[in-house]
Amino acid sequence: MGVVPQTLDLSAPNAAAGPGQVSDATVGTPSSGNPSQARQEPEAPTDQRSHDDLLDAIASTRDKTAFAELFSHFAPRLKSYLIRLGTDAAMSEEVAQEAMVMVWRKAESFDRKQASAATWIFTIARNKRIDRLRRERRPELDPNDPALVPDAPDAADRSIEVQQTEESLRSAIEKLPQEQSELIRAAYFEDKTHREIADQRGIPLGTVKSRIRLALARLRQEIDGFDTDPGPSSE
Amino acid sequence: MTQTPGHHLNEEALLGYASGALGEAESVLVATHLALCPACRGRTSTYEAMGGSMLSQIEPSNLSDGALSATMARLDQTDPSEAPCDDGGFDNATVTVLPRPLRDYVGGSLDSLPWKSRGRGVKELPIRIGDGSVRASLLRIGPGETIPQHTHEGVESTLVLKGAFSDETGTYARGDVAVATADHDHAPVADSTEECICFAVIEGPLRFTGPIGRVLNLFVRP
Ligand SMILES: [Zn+2]
Repeated sequence: MGVVPQTLDLSAPNAAAGPGQVSDATVGTPSSGNPSQARQEPEAPTDQRSHDDLLDAIASTRDKTAFAELFSHFAPRLKSYLIRLGTDAAMSEEVAQEAMVMVWRKAESFDRKQASAATWIFTIARNKRIDRLRRERRPELDPNDPALVPDAPDAADRSIEVQQTEESLRSAIEKLPQEQSELIRAAYFEDKTHREIADQRGIPLGTVKSRIRLALARLRQEIDGFDTDPGPSSE
Repeated sequence: MTQTPGHHLNEEALLGYASGALGEAESVLVATHLALCPACRGRTSTYEAMGGSMLSQIEPSNLSDGALSATMARLDQTDPSEAPCDDGGFDNATVTVLPRPLRDYVGGSLDSLPWKSRGRGVKELPIRIGDGSVRASLLRIGPGETIPQHTHEGVESTLVLKGAFSDETGTYARGDVAVATADHDHAPVADSTEECICFAVIEGPLRFTGPIGRVLNLFVRP
């Protein structure tokens, strides 16, 4: 992962204000001459806590109001995720609730420098589904494992990169040909092997594999390009 | 130990691990490589971010009445089944060689395990993972020894944990993954300087092509 310049605009609400600006100055009235800031209208009022903030509040003060707010956003989406994977509605809701209980219990291990709230909650739900519905263990890394080969020191703070990765992935997937983006989504939303996906769609296994490979190569190009591109606003 | 691998997992394997679509045995292999490979960890976190991005975009489903309060009522309960699993009982040599994701599936220290002889200089320890539908084994190959020639119907992925081996596709050291497919006969040879320990996951049945009767059962579970 390359070094990411500090000057790029982010579209997250809490990043829309420029350095030194107060948060209520963001909407429509950028005081600096930077034209790109005028487009960065936050989706929510800036006094509202971000999902990252809510997780941190749970971790630090066991804040149940923060949990309720996270629940109302994520639990209905987790239920949809589980339904998409072929689980019935009642069981999907049950596992979504269990995943949210895990979010509460594990909030201390959330690190916004490593992943966004949505990504971290996705991994919790993914593991909960493997455990409860597939009845398998999920082998995970142990950060305290003496055998773990640590990251290079300059990779420690990935917070800016984390935000950009999700943004650029979203647009990169949208730019893929439909036959490719569909197979990438299938990797997340269908619990099937490549052969099962091929049989179900009536296309050869080799075609499934080559489409996935092509799609991943394109996504990788977008992401790695994003990493190394100095960006239009740097001087 | 600061050396990082040169032979990596392919993108589909990382995607499958990140999305949760990969089976348990293959996931153990991926997680073990990830423990040894910061580069593939970075790539995997990209695919996890893709999952987060898709979760954000999905159309929400209605929850039943009282879902929130039912969940809130469970927050302060403790669940004994979620206690972290024990990582004790291994000697230092084992902890150094086997990263945690694999260690969790191995019952004890390397020298205390019931290795089975698979011909000259080669020992195998079958490892049961999940329902056992995919064969997984630790292999211990003496310095300079050859793993008998075999081919398989499916795909064999071999991750080196200690020492190194070479075959006609290259040399593989700690953290490296070698993938052999059905159309490919191979006969890896361990480095002459030290023993080689590998973790192998094999999809599909094996078919032996070598002439040696004694080793025909290599990789085949008793
Ligand atoms: Zn790697």
